[in-house]
Amino acid sequence: MKRLRTHRVLASVAALAAVVSLPACGAEVGTERSGASAVKPVVSADAVKVGLLNSLSGTMAISEVTVRNSLRLAIDEINADGGVLGRKIVPVSEDGASDWPTFAEKAGKLVRKDRVAATFGCWTSASRKAVKPVFEKYRSPLFYPVQYEGMEQSPYIFYAGATTNQQIIPALDYLKKEGVKSLYLVGSDYVFPRTANKEIRAYAKANGIEIAGEDYAPLGSTEFATITNKVKASGADAVFNTLNGDSNVSFFKEYKSAELNPKELPVVSVSIAEEEVKGIGAQYLKGQLTSWNYYQTTPSAKNKSFVAAYKKRYGADKPTSDPMEAAYTSVYLWKAMVEKAGSFDVEKVRKAADGVTYDAPEGKVTVDGETQHIEKTARIGRIRGDGLIEEVWNSGGPIKPDPFLKSYDWASGLS
Amino acid sequence: MTLLFTQSFTGVSIGAVLLLIALGLSLTFGQMGVINMAHGEFIMAGAYTVYVVQKGISGAGTSLFVALPVAFLVAGAMGVLLEWLLIRRLYARPLDTLLVTWGVSLVLQQLARDIFGAPNVQTAAPSWLTGAVPLPGDLALPASRLFILILALAAIGALAATMRLTPLGRRIRAVVQNRDLAKVSGIPTATVDRLTFFIGSGLAGVAGVALTLVGPIGPAMGTNLIIDAFLVVVAGGIGRLRGAVITAFALGLLQAVFEYATTVSTAKVLVLAGVVLYLQWRPQGLFTLRTRSLA
Repeated sequence: MKRLRTHRVLASVAALAAVVSLPACGAEVGTERSGASAVKPVVSADAVKVGLLNSLSGTMAISEVTVRNSLRLAIDEINADGGVLGRKIVPVSEDGASDWPTFAEKAGKLVRKDRVAATFGCWTSASRKAVKPVFEKYRSPLFYPVQYEGMEQSPYIFYAGATTNQQIIPALDYLKKEGVKSLYLVGSDYVFPRTANKEIRAYAKANGIEIAGEDYAPLGSTEFATITNKVKASGADAVFNTLNGDSNVSFFKEYKSAELNPKELPVVSVSIAEEEVKGIGAQYLKGQLTSWNYYQTTPSAKNKSFVAAYKKRYGADKPTSDPMEAAYTSVYLWKAMVEKAGSFDVEKVRKAADGVTYDAPEGKVTVDGETQHIEKTARIGRIRGDGLIEEVWNSGGPIKPDPFLKSYDWASGLS
Repeated sequence: MTLLFTQSFTGVSIGAVLLLIALGLSLTFGQMGVINMAHGEFIMAGAYTVYVVQKGISGAGTSLFVALPVAFLVAGAMGVLLEWLLIRRLYARPLDTLLVTWGVSLVLQQLARDIFGAPNVQTAAPSWLTGAVPLPGDLALPASRLFILILALAAIGALAATMRLTPLGRRIRAVVQNRDLAKVSGIPTATVDRLTFFIGSGLAGVAGVALTLVGPIGPAMGTNLIIDAFLVVVAGGIGRLRGAVITAFALGLLQAVFEYATTVSTAKVLVLAGVVLYLQWRPQGLFTLRTRSLA
């Protein structure tokens, strides 16, 4: 027994010696192999830095500024409450400027120069894809707050927004339940709508729903008379809308002009939240459907205090929306993970992530350690005349994230 | 049959929108040769005028009709200011004008962001403009589109009358056809330039009012329109109103046909390719202005 232990100690010493001597024989090889590029966050006795990476200028600023606002709100609340592991959170702000290479550059700066413990931000899938290799290379976590098209999983990204099976599939389930037999797909011409519509087509095929038509308009396009005519003539029961930005305004104005109405031909949108309703006009949207995980009207005690705090700080006319709530929640989830790990060390935090829960404004959310996505409740909402959205259906409880749609037979050919 | 009818009307109404946004430009670019990249921002100013007017006047219908002349004056005044401050110093340097006015357009966009905020704003449309106008035989036309068509025709009528029948119109034509000769004949060319720019920019404001009925109202709305506006003026033949009118409706109809047969993205490409080919065949555009000047 004793001899065995001696052997073990000897072996360990030998192994250690080998490892120590390795860099000597080839420093480059050593760097590559051991992944020395991992940057450890710097945490002082009373402060911990986190990065905030959002577009504060350019076309995406409209949306991303609201996310930045709710991130700041969460950080200040946590600091007022004693911080994380006794340390105040010090946010380091960077502007991604709606430009994907800028996002990558600023991500590198946050991780290498500021050595932040975590970064919160990005909106478009393009910006997320641009920063992904940076966070993976330096092994630093990014918390991403927006619903996206799925089919992605990175060990250094936590996806706080919905993936496909928490937003689009529940919306389809709802339409099927409502007796929709024929669906018209309208989307902007880029990666998210095209990917989403591929998934919708597969779902429709498996569920006996006919796709009456599929149309794409370039981003920023504002001429929707023809598409509206096509929708009207198609005989579809509902429209699935993945348009983004200004196109939505023209589309819904045209829709109303053509005397189409949400009773006979409802439109389900996945990119219109409370903030967008304000820009389009509730006059044009009243009665139309949306699919998200959170609305300003979501009835939870936590949401009441979140909405009140947000309005107090940023103005009574400012609505709260799903991505803002997800961003707010992601800061609290990071705090909970760090506290569970008892450390700011990235690998320890990642290991602790599974099963971490938070009573968010949208209801209880749980981190799924395997996919690093969040279990969320899907909610279908109807837009009201006052511009807010009220829930008409929910999934009854949090849905386990399935970014690659592995648990759906009909999706087998997609990824 | 119904579809053919609604789709043709769609084409005509796309043409009416194109005509409205290009009409002012056909004056400032077509007649005066000023490449004004800030034209789209004058349209934006017109759209925001509706938003501001509605803050004061609650009735959506009344405010729309109040906003029309106000937007004409606001955008026109911005145009005069631009001409007086910058463009008149650059009449012989078209490329510099292009860069300067592009800079102005960026400044105006940022101004709009600072004043009205970056998100789009909404305006209320009168109820009689949000539905459709029923026609015999189970047909219906979108009221907003019909309104824009009538507005476009009224604008072109008023402009044509001004150019043909009034002393101002005669002077504008004289300056366009031969600036030096007009000058020695005693026409105050600088004043005529400024007035032309006023009318051209004012028409952009009117277009902005009309666009609130069908499109978004935001700081960046002008950038989406400026290319289409230049397309119409260039293909129509520089300096010819008639050319702009026919081209606007022809492009509208073409776009409606292509959009229906293919997709919106493909239709844009096809229309653009068509214009490029057409300009290969007729580089001067649909109509050309025959003048005695050597230029």
